[in-house]
Amino acid sequence: MKLMGVINLDHELDQLNELTYFRAGAAVPFAGRYRLIDFALSNMMSAGVQDIALFVRRKYRSLLDHLGEGGPWDLNRKRGGLFILPPDWNDPTDISAGDLQHMHNNRDFFARSSGEYVVHSGSQHLSKVDFCELGEYHKAKGADVTVVYKRVDEFSPEHEPCFRVDIDEEGFVSGIHHEKGNHNLYIELFIMEKNLFLQQMEYCIAHGDSYFFRDAILKNPNGLKIAAYEYKGYHAVINSIESYYKNSLELLEPEKYKQLFSPDMPVHTKIKYEAPTKYLEGAKVSNSLVANGCRIAGEVEGSVLFRGVKVEKGAKVINSIIMQKCVIEAGAIVENVILDKDVQLTENRTLVGDPRRPFVIAKRSTL
Amino acid sequence: MKKKEMIAMLLAGGQGKRLKGLTKSLAKPAVYFGGTYRIIDFPLSNCTNSGIDTVGVLTQYEPLVLHSYIGVGSDWDMDRKSGGVFVLPPHEREDGSSWYRGTADAISRNLKFIDQYDPEHLLVLSGDHVYKMDYNKLLDYHKEKGADCTISVINVTLEEASSFGMINTHEDLKIYEFDEKPKHPKSTLASMGVYIFKWDLLRKYLVEDIDKPDGESDHDFGKDIVPKMLADGLSLYAYPFEGYWRDVGTIPSLWEANMDLLKDEPELDLNDPNWRIYTRNPNEPAQYVAPQAKVHQCMVNEGCTVYGEVDRSVLFYGVEVGEGSVISESVIMPEVKIGKNVRIHRAIVDQGKVIPDGTVIGADREDDSEILLINGDSPF
Repeated sequence: MKLMGVINLDHELDQLNELTYFRAGAAVPFAGRYRLIDFALSNMMSAGVQDIALFVRRKYRSLLDHLGEGGPWDLNRKRGGLFILPPDWNDPTDISAGDLQHMHNNRDFFARSSGEYVVHSGSQHLSKVDFCELGEYHKAKGADVTVVYKRVDEFSPEHEPCFRVDIDEEGFVSGIHHEKGNHNLYIELFIMEKNLFLQQMEYCIAHGDSYFFRDAILKNPNGLKIAAYEYKGYHAVINSIESYYKNSLELLEPEKYKQLFSPDMPVHTKIKYEAPTKYLEGAKVSNSLVANGCRIAGEVEGSVLFRGVKVEKGAKVINSIIMQKCVIEAGAIVENVILDKDVQLTENRTLVGDPRRPFVIAKRSTL
Repeated sequence: MKKKEMIAMLLAGGQGKRLKGLTKSLAKPAVYFGGTYRIIDFPLSNCTNSGIDTVGVLTQYEPLVLHSYIGVGSDWDMDRKSGGVFVLPPHEREDGSSWYRGTADAISRNLKFIDQYDPEHLLVLSGDHVYKMDYNKLLDYHKEKGADCTISVINVTLEEASSFGMINTHEDLKIYEFDEKPKHPKSTLASMGVYIFKWDLLRKYLVEDIDKPDGESDHDFGKDIVPKMLADGLSLYAYPFEGYWRDVGTIPSLWEANMDLLKDEPELDLNDPNWRIYTRNPNEPAQYVAPQAKVHQCMVNEGCTVYGEVDRSVLFYGVEVGEGSVISESVIMPEVKIGKNVRIHRAIVDQGKVIPDGTVIGADREDDSEILLINGDSPF
């Protein structure tokens, strides 16, 4: 079964405040050395997907920089590979709207790929879905579309905007909606046959629609047979600062960490060549995730340090997320904060946020 | 093919006999160093950082690891359209075949490779040393002196001198004698195994040397080629290198060089953005340090999970340190799994080793001056 991938960021809102002022949500750094988009891309890579289109409308500079030719995901191929497709459409007769614009104007991508099935994903739901298994399930069910859902026992605020799925006894979808009591969250992942996908896209455009998932699948005007695939592994939704903070710190639980970074489905990211992290005399680090290239002389507790962070003597980092190349100078204290890249906290400054509403400091600030 | 001013030949075929135990199935240049690197990363990265984009890597002893490690060289930015990195093991020729008989022979057998680029100068490197060096400065010096050969040298103590190839020079650094591992050293300038030769000249010497029977020549730069050039009155100069340089050819020296990195400001700065040391990235997630863990004066790589206590040690990628374990003054190679309540003191633990719960290694000794090596032969 040959798969092709679409990572569609068109409907993703920039909800991470300072972190998404200048970058798409998909490009937000996560878990010490990754960007959110790495998880969707790596899942596709694990399934051997070699044609992947990225539909993105704005704030894609940092995505372009991060993804490059797609080498880290083995997508720098002679045939196919990674196609980053920002909007550039000049067809005066084009009547498409919304995310259908991307699909319509990049028909060539679909036509040229030898993939028979389209796996369609966003970047806000982090998961480890095995797309090969999903594809087999889809075929075995004889479905037109298979949507992936995760059953959550306990709701969190970030679950609120998620679509819910009603499932009948045979495992088919009987309804998709926003009703809050339903525990089956749609994790923004579906698979369908390429030709059917294109056909549905044309139908939607002809009917003045603007949102493929809503108009072709949720409303299902053509009576598609929609199967539901239950995913049981690691899942997180990153659609707010609070959910970003919470899900980042939850990786300090070894169980979660092992689920997300299971060695059989490695997560790949852009390679940097930093030396291993240095713990100096007096360093006190506990319950933390630390990437390479850091230099720690102070205290770090319950935190995530990205690459190249410096924590000087007497500085304290508590329950915080410190992104690439930040410097916490001597005697400075941060607690419950998120520092974007290149933030410098000068000597003896104290910055304390509320654990429910962490403080966010924008990129390249000096405090 | 496009002419190049200088290309490099990197000698990477040695076993590193004194590292026995770590070099059972890999050559010395492939030995791990510094939490994430292999020794060969240093000369390769120096080449890239010096703008040398064509490097032949001469392999012989246990080459599998090196060959697959180097690949097309993309990690060192050597996957080039013109030039790049080439792995050159011994090969069969029309007139028969043999192993590389010495360092000079390894180059002689690859004249065709070098001739393709028609270089003015040939940089000969060894894959055995840890150092950061701008080979361009060496080339500038070589050209400035109008030398036929320039040998990079480093100051060592008189006690160390008898284990190196020593260089005796006049005041202007012109070399008059090359003394291989002398009993009574006359100078403190040791050869670093880094040479630049005028290629057309070296080529003549190599062609002459290759046909000599083994009894007459060891086909070695230090023993044969350089002394012959001196005897013929060619102009050879020493280039005094200043900086960190270590031959990590023994277990104690490998251990010590790793420990050097743990200083607050180590002489060998591995985080200089202008002189990165490139390496194959193992693509591991960020390291996890548990609530009860203690880590001081350490270097720890990604993919490690630390539940115990680690002090003055280097942990390579993917190392696990179980609860209650105490590791001190040790070098733990990639993917070593250390169980619970283990104690390790002053040891090097080889890649992939699994240390069962409760094991004590070197921590119950009165005299801990020896650095222990724990590898596949160890009894657990």
